[in-house]
Amino acid sequence: MRENRKYFYYPGCSLKGTSLAYEKSLLAVFKYLGFEAPELPDWNCCGATSYMSIDEMSAFSLAVRNLAIAEKEKRDIVAPCSACYMVLNKAKKYVEEYEGVKDVIFKGLEKIGLKEHFKGDVKVRHPLDIFINEIGIENIKAKIKRKLNGVRVFSYYGCLLVRPFTDFDNPRYPTMLDNLVSATGAETIESALKTKCCGGSLTGTLENVGLRLSYLILKEAKRKGAHLIVTVCPLCQFNLEAYQDRMEKIFHDKLGIPVIFFTQILGVAFEIDGKELGFNHSLIYPDILYQKALV
Amino acid sequence: MDKIKGNGEIRVGVYICHCGTNIAGRVNIKEVVEFASKLPYVVVSREYKYMCSDPGQELIKNDIKELKLNRIVVASCSPHLHEHTFRKACEDAGLNPFNFQMANIREHVSWVTKESKEATEKAKAMVRAAVYRVVFHESLERKSQEINPNVLVIGGGIAGISASLVVADSGKKVYLVEREPSIGGHMAKFDKTFPTLDCASCILTPKMTQVKDHPNIELFTYSEIEEVDGYVGNFKVKIRKRARYVDVEKCVGCYACIEACVYKEGKFPDEFNEGLSKRKPIYIPFPQAVPLAAVIDPATCIQFLSGKCKRSCQQACERGAIDFDMRDEIVEVQVGAIIVATGFKTFDPSRIPQYGYGRYQNVYKSIEIERLVNSSGPTGGEVILRDGRKPQSVGIIHCVGSRDKNYNIWCSRVCCMYSLKLAHLIKERTHAEVYCFYIDMRTPGKGYEEFYHKLMEEGVHFIRGKVAEVTDWAITPEEEGKLVIRVEDTLIGVVRRIPVDMVVLAVGLEPQPDADEIRRLLNISCSKEGWFLERHPKLAPVSTFTDGVFIAGACQGPKDIPDTVAQAEAAAAEALSLIDRKKIELEPNTAWIDEEKCSGCHICIGLCPYSAISYNEERKIAVINEALCKGCGVCVAACPSKAAQQRLFLDDQIYAEIEGALL
Repeated sequence: MRENRKYFYYPGCSLKGTSLAYEKSLLAVFKYLGFEAPELPDWNCCGATSYMSIDEMSAFSLAVRNLAIAEKEKRDIVAPCSACYMVLNKAKKYVEEYEGVKDVIFKGLEKIGLKEHFKGDVKVRHPLDIFINEIGIENIKAKIKRKLNGVRVFSYYGCLLVRPFTDFDNPRYPTMLDNLVSATGAETIESALKTKCCGGSLTGTLENVGLRLSYLILKEAKRKGAHLIVTVCPLCQFNLEAYQDRMEKIFHDKLGIPVIFFTQILGVAFEIDGKELGFNHSLIYPDILYQKALV
Repeated sequence: MDKIKGNGEIRVGVYICHCGTNIAGRVNIKEVVEFASKLPYVVVSREYKYMCSDPGQELIKNDIKELKLNRIVVASCSPHLHEHTFRKACEDAGLNPFNFQMANIREHVSWVTKESKEATEKAKAMVRAAVYRVVFHESLERKSQEINPNVLVIGGGIAGISASLVVADSGKKVYLVEREPSIGGHMAKFDKTFPTLDCASCILTPKMTQVKDHPNIELFTYSEIEEVDGYVGNFKVKIRKRARYVDVEKCVGCYACIEACVYKEGKFPDEFNEGLSKRKPIYIPFPQAVPLAAVIDPATCIQFLSGKCKRSCQQACERGAIDFDMRDEIVEVQVGAIIVATGFKTFDPSRIPQYGYGRYQNVYKSIEIERLVNSSGPTGGEVILRDGRKPQSVGIIHCVGSRDKNYNIWCSRVCCMYSLKLAHLIKERTHAEVYCFYIDMRTPGKGYEEFYHKLMEEGVHFIRGKVAEVTDWAITPEEEGKLVIRVEDTLIGVVRRIPVDMVVLAVGLEPQPDADEIRRLLNISCSKEGWFLERHPKLAPVSTFTDGVFIAGACQGPKDIPDTVAQAEAAAAEALSLIDRKKIELEPNTAWIDEEKCSGCHICIGLCPYSAISYNEERKIAVINEALCKGCGVCVAACPSKAAQQRLFLDDQIYAEIEGALL
């Protein structure tokens, strides 16, 4: 890892909207651990989802503008949303590898006066990578105040964090989130579904396909006796939590499984106030974290 | 070129080979011939479609006689391939074979240079370099040396066993070295062999016994090669006999020591049973082991760990075979030829996490199933799961780690057939539904396709598709408690979920993890995957680029038992053919010291890797022992006063060659 590297936090749209709880808990945990990552100044959309599929070059341009702003200040980017993480890394890779993309992007950067600041040196990292490889699991363990013994957690990675750009975990069978969650004393559940699709944007476009995918994951969590699901991605969290009442009707099954961000469970273990961790945004409140934890 | 010695008139003949279209397709041959004809001392310059053919050689021979040529240059392929051929042609025509030089315009020019013009220029430069050099060549004599008739065989699997028996039966002495406590290799672990389903130990055990009883075979088990010195015909080999703490000569394999061991039950994973059973610190690998002698594993034996054991094994041995003070022993042997038969290792499927090996206890490696179906295996031949249940459905996944860019790109050649064999045996023992998941079914071999058809008739389900994953993820009640194999069935075009009780991973074959050490000890080559490299893939399949070293079996590449035995016996024949020549001619490329120039500075003495140079105190000069010199040239390069010289690599020759190449 690079020494004395500084970071910017890149929120993307989700952490300012549907996933306010992710932003709140991430910043609270960073603060508690003394990890500094101010918000990237003047950031814009990462270029994800529809942008990327309709006009790739515009999506790359948006992404690289963010990268260039960070590189100008010689800082790396921490991108908590899996989609941002993937798109920012993808844009960086395409600019590096394809002359055609590079030419267009650099013309754009020149117009906004950022061309000379961008060499492609900036790194885009996920907070999970930061916790494991920068802060270190032992340091995190040392700061835990409340052991979450007895809580059974399904650590769910989703697709984009580990594929295709991750270099810090096994893309087929990642374990870093399990390791981090285990550090809190909670028990993690082995499941082949930890990298399966949550339904993604299909829950909005092809509901019968998307909801089925979400449901399979929730059903498996229930089957394996998980008290809650911990995710690293805003869309996964949203899909798995927000549609549970709809799924209960369609699939005639009782769900009610809390789905929280990994930064929230860390926050509980650090005894950070629940409000600071954004639990007031939860649709299904994870009572278990406060009931069983002290047993 | 002006410094040419006054050794008579120099008459050079140059021969440019087309090699079909291999060279002529890129190099303008006519231009090169024309160019060569104008070089100094060149009397004749010719071209021919295949110089190595009989008419091609005749061309050279006739010219030597009729045009009184005394230097020959052939511009064709690599000297590795045909230097010998053309030297022989020179010799046949009465010319000393060392008045010959070869220019490699195929591997070094036409195969690697794209532009025709560039290739032609390069070919000209190489021909000129060869002509300039050959002018300085001198007649040399080959020395001959006796060949030691003994043969070393490294590896005691079916390849090493077969090779040893062929050599030993011809009356030659064989040293067979095996690192495990018993010979037998992988084959000893199998129950049946494909496609005939004959019992592996019924055909292997007699051969193992023959090895033990053969008067011409000296067997070293639990031993490894420490050092190899020398060259073809005269190798000196140091063998490390690891201490097995049981005297093989005294032990009769009565099991009394094992029964008496302070451990009442086996406690440590049994290597021979792939960890499916437990053994004690003192054990005999398997009942048919050769030698049938116990071995003590010091990593698990209390006596070695704490020094405070009752030593009940030692007391139980009536023959006093157990010796806790035994030490490793180095034995030196001399041999004329070496056969390498070090075999393979199986692919570790935990490298493919989505197949669940190591996570789900009912996911097995194929080699573990070989032990389960074996009547002398940990379950007495019963195919049962770890919890004792008999599986009602079994999925066999082909190509695990093979034909996959992420792991090994090669086809392991044996997996389709052994999967069929295991499918048959599992079905026979359990009556389970058996599913084979294959990418392509590869059954090239005598009776192999017939065996595949037999299995189809037996009702084994064949599903064509690469398995995506093995999971315990149950969606329906029928899947509950099973392993679900998710696969795209490419014949019907749907993704299927097949619940089974047992999954067998047909793991591929890989080079031994320490193959590179053997490679370095013997100075042979490997392919980039790590398999030992044969001298020629078609025409010299068991020779290596090191004379006197032969390869056999799966260490050269994945192969089944019939191919392994064929190759092993071929290697034995090659070794015998070499030994029966009785004498070997050595290249005259040794170094010598020009006594007048030597200042006795000692620099060369310390540098010589073969300790071939000594210091003559009386005359205060260095002296090279030509019998020990390997012609590496280190002393020549290091000598500050140019006193060290090497035949075939004289300064004049090298400078002329450089001049020719660069002009």
